[in-house]
Formats: sequence, structure tokens, C-alpha cells
Amino acid sequence: MSDVRVSIDDLRVVLAKSDVDVVDEISLTVSAGEVVGLVGESGSGKTTVALALLGHARRGLAVADGTVDLEGSDVLQMSAAELQHLRGRRVAYVPQDPSSALNPSLKVGYQLREALKAHENDGLEVPDIAERMEQVLGEVHLAASKEILDSYPHQLSGGQQQRIALAMAFSCRPELIVLDEPTTGLDVATQRHVLDTVRGLCSSYGVAAVYVTHDLAVIAEIADRVAVMYAGRIIELGSTVAVFESPAHPYTDGLLKAIPSPEISHCLVGMEGTPPSPGRRPPGCAFEPRCPHAIAACAEAPPKMVPVNGADHAARCIRAREIIRTSMGVDELARSAECQERASGEPMMVVEGLDGFYADKQILFDVGFSVPETSCVAVVGESGSGKTTLARCLTGMHGHWTGEVSFAGRSIKQLARDRDLEVLRAMQYIFQNPYTSLNPRKTVGQLVEQPLAHFFKLSARERTDRVVATLEAAALSGDFLDRYPDQLSGGERQRVAIARALVVEPKLLVCDEVTSALDVSVQAAVVELLRRLQRERGLSLLFITHNLALVRSIAQEVIVLHEGRVVERGPTDTVLSHPVDDYTIRLLEDVPKLTALTASPVAPSPALLP
Amino acid sequence: MSTTGDVRLPRAARTKAASSHPILSLVGRRLALGVLTLFLVSVVIFFATQVLPGNAAYAVLGQHATPERVAELEKQLHLDEPVYVQYWDWISGLFQGNLGNSFSNGDPVSELVGPRIANSAVLVLLAGAIGTFIGVGLGMLAARRRDGILDNILSVIALAVTALPEFVVAIGLVMLFASLALHILPGTSFIPPGVSPWANPSLLVLPVATLVIVIVPYIFRMMRGAMIEALESDYVEMAKLKGVSRRRVMLVHALPNSIAPTIQVIGLNLLYLAGGIVVVEYVFAYPGLGAGLVDAVSSRDIPTIQFITLVLAAFYVFMNILTDVVALLASPRRRLPRA
Repeated sequence: MSDVRVSIDDLRVVLAKSDVDVVDEISLTVSAGEVVGLVGESGSGKTTVALALLGHARRGLAVADGTVDLEGSDVLQMSAAELQHLRGRRVAYVPQDPSSALNPSLKVGYQLREALKAHENDGLEVPDIAERMEQVLGEVHLAASKEILDSYPHQLSGGQQQRIALAMAFSCRPELIVLDEPTTGLDVATQRHVLDTVRGLCSSYGVAAVYVTHDLAVIAEIADRVAVMYAGRIIELGSTVAVFESPAHPYTDGLLKAIPSPEISHCLVGMEGTPPSPGRRPPGCAFEPRCPHAIAACAEAPPKMVPVNGADHAARCIRAREIIRTSMGVDELARSAECQERASGEPMMVVEGLDGFYADKQILFDVGFSVPETSCVAVVGESGSGKTTLARCLTGMHGHWTGEVSFAGRSIKQLARDRDLEVLRAMQYIFQNPYTSLNPRKTVGQLVEQPLAHFFKLSARERTDRVVATLEAAALSGDFLDRYPDQLSGGERQRVAIARALVVEPKLLVCDEVTSALDVSVQAAVVELLRRLQRERGLSLLFITHNLALVRSIAQEVIVLHEGRVVERGPTDTVLSHPVDDYTIRLLEDVPKLTALTASPVAPSPALLP
Repeated sequence: MSTTGDVRLPRAARTKAASSHPILSLVGRRLALGVLTLFLVSVVIFFATQVLPGNAAYAVLGQHATPERVAELEKQLHLDEPVYVQYWDWISGLFQGNLGNSFSNGDPVSELVGPRIANSAVLVLLAGAIGTFIGVGLGMLAARRRDGILDNILSVIALAVTALPEFVVAIGLVMLFASLALHILPGTSFIPPGVSPWANPSLLVLPVATLVIVIVPYIFRMMRGAMIEALESDYVEMAKLKGVSRRRVMLVHALPNSIAPTIQVIGLNLLYLAGGIVVVEYVFAYPGLGAGLVDAVSSRDIPTIQFITLVLAAFYVFMNILTDVVALLASPRRRLPRA
């Protein structure tokens, strides 16, 4: 593809007040009909780069250097009026969260029409706006019905909202489209549909697209080329196949090892440490402090892009040519030793015929399963499947349920307040969002000590010893005792939450989407920690998640929940490799897969088969 | 490409029939509560005025009245009957339009208070309308150039004015425009009975200006904050990124979303005005409800006190309902339920 639509050259965006780099040395081209993935973890600067393509910098940021050449004119030099003509008409934007990006006070039909009318006077030739609206809504598979057009955004589902946003972006037939994590927060079936739509529209209208995401599997599905970002720089750039099959940067290599896959049950390997924030970036390679391959020279100067396989594939690493030979691509990972174990042991918790209700509405229907001792059972389901309600019923936070639940051989009461201390202690709950589950006014030490004081009679000295020992078990040092949650990263917070549950020596941990608020490399580290604790302490885990891929890397058994019913259950390998239920089959088909780009699907190795 | 999963009937279609429902039920519920509130208020007012120090008959007749004269008047005013009978007489009279007669001059309370309600309403509505317009406008200007010179100046002034009691503002204005500096406006706003307050608009300028100055800072600060929040929102960024003009971004995208929270503050300020007029009317000798209440209290004119207090309470209740309904109308997200 040689028809270059847009080329970013040496872009640098800084914090306006302090002139500190947010992104630097960004150079990237996108051709007509091509989808380029911009992938990175939170804070990597990917959205900043994407918005620069529209000549926009968020509050507090300023473009300091570089050009964004769109068919011969530099977007970054345009006046306010020129930008207004550019945006929407020549370069369109699809937002991350359509529920907040669509105006809550305006009907969606009005907002869609506005996207077209805004450019009536600057050369957009659309003779019949109503006809174009109907056409573009058809392209995103929404009926241009009066009901839809007359709805306010909150009256539509997340999928419908995102389609409206897509229709808006494609309505003026732009030359370049910038998609900022457009499928985050959508369930997998809708995500699959949005991805297909974007792919189809880009190729049929020859639109160049930049697709920003943190999800490598989505990139594998949609992008022709991929730029991996870390700490404000592109650290690897190449065709998606080349980058995923033979990563040349240690960070990309690490990301691929950290990403769970529904097809590969490899042990997740997290990356220690966190990316440096702007202003704290080291003088040498930004990844050097976390890099397992770092040598003395890495810390001296920021590395340049090193071509590794012709002009097509390059990485910002002085050892790129060595790394690429030892790194494991997706297909190799698939063949690597799997880390599945079989569930064993007496049942720790047995659930039979559980029906759960909210007011008069039944949410859970005849749910039954058991959690064996020292095993991890995953409950998988999409939003609205009832999985969180199930967790709340089992832990006694929600009392409106019937059925029989026995825990450690004894039947337990509906509500936590009616259960005896021993049951409460032995079953601990970890919340989804570590940003809200820790009291911001308490120190880490106080947070972890609180349940200890509730369940045990110990001296202050003994309590502190136990707290420190537990923090260490959760891979946090005693230095954290006096820190407040605000001073911790997301991963550290979730470790504190785990330590808080662990300190009373429970037998069962109920983990409700504990990694969904975390970046993939952090998620991998937390999963690793949970697995280790399970092994070392003989814990049972009930792991609730919407992420099918993650299940493979943590659970020995899986339960698939759909509309409040268990539709399939069994050993993880069996269920994920040979699903029987229609819903499970569909769910697995819709999950984006890293292996999407390799021609032949990965055959499960014999070891995985029952 | 399949279209399964998400192409179902929009929720709007299913809820269309019920779309007017939430507002009607809200109004109905609030009205019922309002009537209950007013009933309780009437009880409280009635019994509170009963325990006011000083006997009404003495207040009317003076300290040196003979006991016979007092007893006669008490009988005439039904002050000798049990309290609940007096309450019943009063409340049933209210419903028949019979508000009783003033203790101080024997005129019917309705004739005494009616024109005062009109005078005060002119003051409150005028000040409310002008204050809202100025507060919302300045709030938008300040938010648009956040942290700019204009924003900083306006914010400091707003803070300073907030700290001034309304009588200080009133006296300040009188000194500036009616006595010491300039002599262009009347310093008192006495309107003779039977004359419309519109007959001489210059009389209204200083009282209205005082009330406007008192309420604008609150409306301004709320509007500025709500507007900044709207301008920082994803939907405003989205509107900019689809090439919508700056003007439209402000007026069509940001304004409707920032006006909803501001309505609550405007409502609160109108309520405050209903109380604030007492002082301002007194300063300007403006014959409104506030001044009427002050007079009635000093002359122990219990029927007048009771009625004016009830009118003010009814205004509070009505404004609260109105504020909630307008705020609801301004927010589709609250007006139209999801499912």
C-alpha cells in the first residue's frame, strides 16, 4: 500500500505548563484503506497521538513539535476555522465511551444530522441529508427508524450508542478515521460486530484508520500494521503479523506473555514495575528499569528505532536484533508448556438449586456447582448474566435467595449478619475496583489490620507482624504500611485488597472481576499472585469474570452463566476447547483472538484434551 | 455480517407511552405533599401566634384599657374560645375567602394584604428574571475563558458580594444613587395604596437592583461551575471533533446540560428572595409583604401575621415544585427512564 493518506513526523506533545514530554518522536504513516493499530497501556500516550491527528490537544497539553501531513497540508498548522472544516469532514473521530460522548440532552438523530449540517458550507456535497443518514445508519446496521432517531442516548444500549457514533464518523465520508478504544465496555458479541463494521467500511470506502486500544487481541483482529507505545514513544512498529509472531522489543514480548488467550492456556507472566509517568522518565530507554534484557548501555541514551526485518518492522531497542530471535510469538506461546492443573480435593463449597431475586424479579435460576478444596472455579458471563448477584448471594451481601449452599460441610444462612464468625472469616470477598474499595482515609496498615482486629484477639504487636507478613505474601513490602491508597498504583491497590482478604487466613476467596480495572501487564501479575497463593496456602478461589480468555490462565473449572442460568460447566480445557452449549460456542467465536492473524487456527495440543 | 444481538426495539419505543408519566406523577406527589406541608405550617403558625407575648386585646386597646373593655374585645375577637375552635374558625374562613379583619384597624385582611402581594411579586419576579439572566450570562462568559482575566475578576467580585448582607448593599446603593454621590434615583420607594408599582418604574430600580446584586453571585458561581464541567465533558470534545462551530458548542451542547443544575440554585435564590424582601422592603419603605409583616408583628395584628406567613409558605412550596419540574424537564436522562 503506497497511497499514504496521513503521515505523522516527529510529533512531540508536552504538558503546556512545564514543557515535559507526554509523547515524543512519534512518526507514523497510514495509507488509504489501511487500519493501523496504536496499542499501549494506560498512560502510554496513545490517545494523545490519536487526537493530534485531528489537531486537538486536551486541556493542559500542547503540541510542541512535528507535523501531521494530511494529503499535503499540515493539520498542526491549521487555524481554528480550518480545523473546524477538517474535523468530521476529512478526519473523523469515534470516541471511547459513547455513553458519555453523545450529548445527553440532544436526540441522537439531531446529533447525527448535526455532523452533516456542520459541513454544509465548507464543501461537503450531500444533496439529501435524510437519505445519507439512512444510508449510513444502514451501514452500521441500525434501522433509521423514527424511534431510534428520536431517542436520547441513554435510551439506547451501549452497542446502539456506539453504532450511532460510528455512523456519525462515517457520515461525511472522511479520508481518515480515528477510533479511540471504541469497543471497550461492550460485550463480546457487540464488539465483534463493531469490529466487522469498521473493517468493512474502511475497505469499502478506502478510509485510512487509526485504531487505538489497549487490547492486543483486538489489534490482531483488525489492524494491518501495529505501533506499540510505551511511555510516550512508539517502541515497536511493523505489520501486525510480524510484530505478533516475532516481537523485537522486550516490552512487546512481555505484553504477549501477559495477555490471556481463550485458546492458549499459558502461564501469564506479568511485568514488574510500572511505566514511568511524564517527567519521571529515565534518561535512557524508558523500559530499561523493567527490562529483563537490559544492559548498561540501555540506561545511557534513548534508543533509536532499529529496523529488524527490512524496512517494515522496527523496534526502539538497541538489542532488537537479538530479542527478535529469542522472543516468543503467538504461535510459539500456543505450543509452550501449558500450566493447567486438574481440580482435586473435597468440595469446599457446594451450591444447589440457588434462585436469586431482586425485588420481584428473578435473577438466578437453579444455579448449582461446587468449588473443590484448593481449586479455582471461574464463573464466566456477560454483563447482566447474574454473575455478580451470584457472588453477592454466596457472600451474604444479598439475602434474597433460596436454595442450599454448604460451606466447609455446613449449611450457611442467607445474610452475612446471620452467619457465624468462623464462616465469615473463612470466606473473603475481593471487589472489582480497587480505586473505590479501599477507604482513602486509612493507611495500608490500618486497612489490612482492620479485619484482623475483628476476627482475632491479638496484641498490637502480633497484629502488625501478621499485617507485614501478609503484605509480603501479596508481593508488597512493609514499606507500604504507612501509605495511603492514593499513593498507590492500581496494581498495588488490588494487592492491598488481596492482603486485606488474606490476613484472616480464609479458605475461600471470592474474586469479583478483580482484574478488570487493571492494565494487562498488571492483570497478569495479579493473576500470577492469586495462583501462587492458591498453591502455597491451599486456597479455593471463586473467580468471577467476563473475560473468557483469562479463565484459561487461572481456573481449573469453569461455569458459564447466561441470563441467570448455568448453561455449561466442567474442566476449563474441556469447556473452552470443546464447548457444547450454543451460547458458549457463540461467546468463544466472538472473543477477539491473538491467533486471528495466523492463517490456520491453533490446534489444541494433545495435553489439553481430556 | 449478522445483525444479531443488538438490533432490537429501541427502549424509547417501549417507553413512549409512559413518557409523560414521570412528570405527572411527580407533580401529583409533590402537590399532595405540598398540601400536607401547608396544613402543618398553618397549625404551627396558628399556635405560634397564640403564644406570642402580649395579649392581642391589650395590644389593640393599649396598656391602660379597662378589664371590661378587654373582655368585651376578647369576646368580639373570639379570643375566649378554646384554641382548636379558634383554629377551625380561621382555617374554614380561609377556604371561604374570609381572612378575618385586621386587629389594628378593623379592615379585612384580604384588602390589606392583596395589594402587598402584588407589589412584592413584582419585586421578586423582576429581580429573579434579571438576576437569572445576568448570572447565567456571566457564568457562561467566565467558563468560556476559564482562568482568564475576566473569569478571575468576576470570581473575586462574586465572592466579595456574597459576603455582604442585603441591607448593606441597599444602603450602599442609596448612598451612591440617591443621596451622597448622585441624585438620580429616589431613595425610598413608597407606593401609595391603590397605585400600581409600574406607575413609576424609577421607584423599582434600587430595590430590584439590591436583590439582583444579592442573588447574582450564587447563580453566577453555579453556572460557571456547571458550564466548566460541561465544557470538559466528552460530549463537548466530541462535538468539537466533528467540526461543530464554537458558538454551537457553547449554546447547543454545553448550555442545556449546565442549565439543569443551575435551575436548582435559581429556585433556591427565588425562595431566598421571598425572605430577603423583608429587609429590603423595610429599607426602601416599599409597601410589600415583607414590610407588611414587620408592621403586623409590631402591632400584634395576628390575622395579618398568620395570612402573610401562610402566603410566604405557599410560595416556598410552589417554588419547590416548580423548580423540580423545570429541572426534570431540562434533563431527558431523568425525565425519560431507560426501560
